[in-house]
Amino acid sequence: MKPAAFDYVRVASKHEALELLAEHGEQARIIAGGQSLMAVLNMRLAQPRVLVDINHAGDLHDLKVERGHLTVGAAVRQVELMDRASLADEVPLLARALPWIGHFQTRNRGTVCGSVAHADPSAEIPLCLVTLGGRVVLESLKGKRREVPAAEFFQGVLTTARRPDELVSAVHFPLADPAVRYRFREVAMRHGDFALVALAACIRDDAVELGIGGVSDRPVLRRLPRGAELPEALNAYAWSLGAQDDVHASAAYRRHLVRELGRQLIEEQDHARAS
Amino acid sequence: MNMPQSTAEVVAGHIGRPQARVEDAALLRGLGRYADDVATPPGTLHAAIVRSPHAHARVISVDASAALTMPGVHGVLTGEDVRRWANPFPVGVRAPMEHWCLAVDKVRYVGEPVCVVIADDRYLAEDALDAVKVEYEPLPAIVDPEAATAEDAPVLHEAVGSNVVNERHFRYGEPEEAFAKAARRVAIKVHYPRNSCTPIECYVVLGQYQPATGTYEVLSNFQGPYALHSVMSRALNVPGNRLRLRTPPDSGGSFGIKQGVFPYIVLMGLAARKVGAPVKWVEDRLEHLQASSSATNRVCEIEAAVEADGRVLALKYDQIDDCGGYLRAPEPATFYRMHGNLTGAYAIRNLLVRNRVVLTNKVPSGLNRGFGGGQVYFALERLMHQVAVELDLDPLEVIRRNLVPTGAFPYRAAAGALLDSGDYPAAIELAVRDGGLDELLRRREQARAEGRLYGIGYTAAVEPSISNMGYITTAMTPEERRKAGPKNGAVSTATVSVGPLGDVSVHVSSTPQGQGHQTVVAQIVAEVLGVALDGISVNVELDTGKDAWSIASGNYSSRFAGAVAGSVYNAAMRIRERMAGIAAAMWEVPAEDVRFAGGKVFVEGGPSQPFHRIAGATHWSPGLLPEGELGGLRETAFWSPPQLTAPSDEDCINSSLCYGFIFDICAVEIDRVTGEVHIDRYVTCHDAGRILNPMLVDGQIRGGFTQALGVALMEEFAYANDGSFLSGTFADYLVPTAPEAVEPVILHMETPSPFTPLGAKGVGEGNNMSTPVCIANAVADALGRSDIRLPLTPSRVRTMIGIDEPPAPEGMVLDAPRVAGGSSLQAEDSVEIPASPQQVYDALLDPETLKAIIPGCHALELESENHYRADVTVGVGMIRARFAARVGLTDLDPPRSLKLSGSGNSPMGSATGSARVRFVELDNGHTRLEYVYDAAVSGKVAAVGGRMLQSASKVIIGQIFTRLAQRLTGAPVRSGLWQRLLGLFGKGGAQ
Repeated sequence: MKPAAFDYVRVASKHEALELLAEHGEQARIIAGGQSLMAVLNMRLAQPRVLVDINHAGDLHDLKVERGHLTVGAAVRQVELMDRASLADEVPLLARALPWIGHFQTRNRGTVCGSVAHADPSAEIPLCLVTLGGRVVLESLKGKRREVPAAEFFQGVLTTARRPDELVSAVHFPLADPAVRYRFREVAMRHGDFALVALAACIRDDAVELGIGGVSDRPVLRRLPRGAELPEALNAYAWSLGAQDDVHASAAYRRHLVRELGRQLIEEQDHARAS
Repeated sequence: MNMPQSTAEVVAGHIGRPQARVEDAALLRGLGRYADDVATPPGTLHAAIVRSPHAHARVISVDASAALTMPGVHGVLTGEDVRRWANPFPVGVRAPMEHWCLAVDKVRYVGEPVCVVIADDRYLAEDALDAVKVEYEPLPAIVDPEAATAEDAPVLHEAVGSNVVNERHFRYGEPEEAFAKAARRVAIKVHYPRNSCTPIECYVVLGQYQPATGTYEVLSNFQGPYALHSVMSRALNVPGNRLRLRTPPDSGGSFGIKQGVFPYIVLMGLAARKVGAPVKWVEDRLEHLQASSSATNRVCEIEAAVEADGRVLALKYDQIDDCGGYLRAPEPATFYRMHGNLTGAYAIRNLLVRNRVVLTNKVPSGLNRGFGGGQVYFALERLMHQVAVELDLDPLEVIRRNLVPTGAFPYRAAAGALLDSGDYPAAIELAVRDGGLDELLRRREQARAEGRLYGIGYTAAVEPSISNMGYITTAMTPEERRKAGPKNGAVSTATVSVGPLGDVSVHVSSTPQGQGHQTVVAQIVAEVLGVALDGISVNVELDTGKDAWSIASGNYSSRFAGAVAGSVYNAAMRIRERMAGIAAAMWEVPAEDVRFAGGKVFVEGGPSQPFHRIAGATHWSPGLLPEGELGGLRETAFWSPPQLTAPSDEDCINSSLCYGFIFDICAVEIDRVTGEVHIDRYVTCHDAGRILNPMLVDGQIRGGFTQALGVALMEEFAYANDGSFLSGTFADYLVPTAPEAVEPVILHMETPSPFTPLGAKGVGEGNNMSTPVCIANAVADALGRSDIRLPLTPSRVRTMIGIDEPPAPEGMVLDAPRVAGGSSLQAEDSVEIPASPQQVYDALLDPETLKAIIPGCHALELESENHYRADVTVGVGMIRARFAARVGLTDLDPPRSLKLSGSGNSPMGSATGSARVRFVELDNGHTRLEYVYDAAVSGKVAAVGGRMLQSASKVIIGQIFTRLAQRLTGAPVRSGLWQRLLGLFGKGGAQ
């Protein structure tokens, strides 16, 4: 479990990172927290020629509210978001989801954009980004800066809309809508494990946007009706995700969790409002 | 043998005190010296191992020539070298099986070593792994132990002719009569899964070969038993004194698992010989999980003949142990370690047993904390629970009515165990009272009234310790045993010496793996010699070339407290007697009057001298010593208990010297929605004889309990039906972490063993035996179910509650269900192509097209008509593997259908697959290409990527046909897959 040889370049700016991506394309990988990448390198599942370390790129550390969203730069660690006192007001869904991500040790190193770029189907941050209708900022040396809606960015297991010469330079989480209540729930084998099922909900009076992670090959989002039609809609949703059996859980169990926890998340909300 | 004096004679002091561990100051400050820290000789090279990606295959050829040309590579050890220099490992049963340290003809489990690459460093060695070309002929694999017994099952060892490599029948008392006259028969069938206690530190071996003397010198974190030294010597084809084995000062844990390093000790010895330099190998986690060792999985059908009041008259066991690809020493010990005490804590006189040892395509099994106990009690205690359920009795009452009664000790159990001491009913009353059972029963009542799922389980178990080295021969028939010669006993040894300055040193051959042996040894010696504990030096390194040891040496069967600590006591007492004799002669007093305390040797109210003066006299002035005292002060005690006799002709075996008692109570609540099992309270009451250090005992109980929690709730080595290993990382093989840990209520009773010098028994394995089944019984009680399988994952528990699933909405197209638990990947899909079926068909048969549509195809070379060799890089996102592949088109039915098949090997594993392709003409003249595929992957990619394989294979296979469509039309086409595949062309994956 030793990685194949690679070159390591520590860049001081976004521009330098983009230059290296332009030069090496697929053969370059960005490293920031390394919480997924290092394991993959050690197992030689990937053998890039160049690692581009962006931790010292001063212009990739943005963490600020602008134009209705929270911008999180490529080098911002998960722990920085968790430590942000205003996050519960700005992006409450994310504030609820962050404690479910790995362990404090992994959150101390892992970055928000790294999780987005890696596109693990069970990951919490991509699920939140999709559920909130956030956007992924992609930049390259030659191409135009793009802002891709999260729902289009995630294309399958570990597969995204990023081109080889592009950098996920930031992600945008829309700020909280006062008319919406945000809820997050997850079932995993142990605390911090990959979710068997993760649910993220934006609950409005008339409808719910429910995002599901861990079941399909990417985070999925549906708008569901409230009230009497909800159970049927949840069942259709559960079946549509293409759940599969694996060593930890059956497909039927995953569908069951989508139906039951989906209903719980939304009905708890009703109780909370009634009281 | 110098029998010890009464322990009461030694003034109470250190023994039995909660002494903090003397080891910890170094370990907690990062000053431990583990196997990997030990300095290597100049010129040490590093090894990496080529391992089989197949569960079962013939090895056709091994070509290391390209690897040998790579930078830094010094040599490659192959099966040919091993055949030349070594022997197969000796096996514990009579069957013509060969197990070599490298595969020589076939591979029989995923991860089996095939070659060793030796290079300047591990990085370069791993670089060269990919350059070793091994050609395999895959064979059907067998994974299920029951299926492996079938006559038509694929056979692992052709020379044996069957996968059942050992079968024995045992009969004690009059079981048939008891079953005939019993009021009821209660039966249950259980499965015990494969799991491991997964130490933090993996295997480490530093091998050297001295050609001048033909000696192998190996340093390794091997834990024993040192009976395996003989096995290794024979495999290396040298006398025992030409295999010098050493262990490092500290250990990163073992729990039995480091018994399984022994094949690698042989392997690295040979690797060092091959390159003429020291060779070091450090096992990584993937290697460890897939190919080190594992607890034995068992299928057991157990039946009880019972009276209406729940008293069990007879037991019948029909058991299959799955020992993996090879029967590796000391297997089939999983069966026989527990054989004498198969009746557990119960006075059941009649017993029938059938034991079958079966080989399957899994890693060879071996020692694992609780060895054999988890398997036995999972059957026996589930049965006792079921007896209560079927007779409508309180399970606790059923246990009570069958216990070995108070005052019956030592008690000879039906199969031969001599239960040394205990008071089982009293221990149960203690647990019931101090564990608060009444309150738990009230909680259950209330929970059930509220519609919640709450259950209580019980387990009574005896915890054997200090294995009889002869128990394994119970696997042989009495006649075979007579031919082989009797084996018995359990020799332990310890050496105490006092230096010229009065400094006390102790050596033990117990090779501790983190338990705190140094602390307890120091406590005993400090107490016997009356010297300060922190001045005593305890050396636990073992060097078979210099130290006192025997075959029973090592760290297993919880033998430390009873056997090793006892030997330390005996050796220290001899030193004391000699010093007392010297002082008595000097002072002209009776030796019995000489006392040792506070660093002084003295007579009460009489003369006194510092300890170092009396001890020093043996070095500085031997001429002045009394007659018969030869000087020097070093005593090595050997001890073996006479109660450990060889199996009798009736197959009665006292398989262990001591038998502690455990009674556990577990209360659980199960989440109705998620199926998660929450432990409300766990009470564990132990009688392990005299307690030498309560802190260490409680630490042992907590550790074993937490591991058992993992066994009960989450841990299992998963294999696909084709033998692929699916638990290659700690993201797939799940062990409890701090948030999952539960603090048990620990209770103690002390009934000293009459058979050990200090009255102590083993305690380190009990909860690994009792806890999995206790949790299972609680879950059975909560759910009212008898078919409990481990691990009790949320999905499995929720499925037992019953998922009443609404059907899918009408008209919804669903993915084909995947075979549960398999790595076989199946799915179907279709793509619409604006061309006629004939055009599409012709395109597929065109090599240029084929090359263009196979994703990542660098080269395609015709082998024969419609059969190609291909060089292909496939993957998802950043994960890529380069395959040397074969691609073929068969079952040609133009222009209606064909079959597209591929298979290949890559450093990440092997893959095979085929797609049946149909071309359906649509009304508009276009073609709907429909395909159904079935693929399988094995090796590393299956071991670490299971979670994503289904989605990944779908993407990769889908690419072939969408690319075909794209090539035919030059434009994107519509398909169910299209959205999913958007962006795959010319676009990368993750950052």
